[in-house]
Amino acid sequence: MQIDDSDRRILRQVLAEPAAPRSDLAERAGVTAATLGRRLDRLREGGIVRAVRAAIDWRALGFEVEVSLRFTLDKTNPRAFDEFIDAAREVPEVVAIETFLGRVDVRLNVVARDMAHYQEVYRARILALPHIAEVDALMLIATIKDSEGLPL
Amino acid sequence: MIDLDDLDRALLRALSLEGDLSAGELGRRFGLSQPAAWRRVRRMEDAGILAGLRVEVDRAALGFGVTVFLGVKLATKGRVSLEDFERAVQAIPEVQVVQHVLGLFDYRLRVVARDIADFERVLRRRIMTLPGLGQVEANVLLTEERRPGPLG
Repeated sequence: MQIDDSDRRILRQVLAEPAAPRSDLAERAGVTAATLGRRLDRLREGGIVRAVRAAIDWRALGFEVEVSLRFTLDKTNPRAFDEFIDAAREVPEVVAIETFLGRVDVRLNVVARDMAHYQEVYRARILALPHIAEVDALMLIATIKDSEGLPL
Repeated sequence: MIDLDDLDRALLRALSLEGDLSAGELGRRFGLSQPAAWRRVRRMEDAGILAGLRVEVDRAALGFGVTVFLGVKLATKGRVSLEDFERAVQAIPEVQVVQHVLGLFDYRLRVVARDIADFERVLRRRIMTLPGLGQVEANVLLTEERRPGPLG
């Protein structure tokens, strides 16, 4: 799909502040609200905009603990990635799964109500996942910036 | 923290997939009147559980083919160092996510770039010049998947 400078200006504004009123976003992008709506529909049909999701604040839902678990897998087994990821999808406390090229193979974002709950999830569900060679944990203290913004 | 019933959780699940569903559409799906659906959504917004929208785009199609997660350790600790680092890192347009963490690193950053050469430019000119920067570990993102999490 071809995109032009108007599309880029619109996306830049929408990505920077997705919840802002459409009329404000249109003004910032220098187009009318009707054009913005039409262009966004087209970008969505063309697959450039993949999804618009509600952001859920897990802390406000009572999940006080968020941990980024970084795994190295035992790659002697060619099915290690697929089997690990399939099993991780079955753990309800896993809110994101990412794969990498680097020292880390897979990262899971895990939420829990408190440390006792986290300990239970970690010992009973996470350490039971297949093909783990190494795991280390980064516990979230604060999110300073979280944006899908792109320097378009 | 507010109490949620099964219907609230069903609304959250639906909105976490399609964040721009109207109250009318939500009502039709879950057998609620439009005002009843609107009241439930509004209550979860007021409680901070629904924290805005997240627009997901095909970054590669927009010319940003590389996403890298950086684990960053500060060379000097203390409150002033944290504030200086956070102020400077947030201002970098290619840095989408900044999280203060506890563990092997002090911060996690998500950085977008057009290609590996562009990433090297961002790393050298913008990241390596951040105040107080110590050790940095880079992992290139291959795939990412968001999960509904413990909403059921």
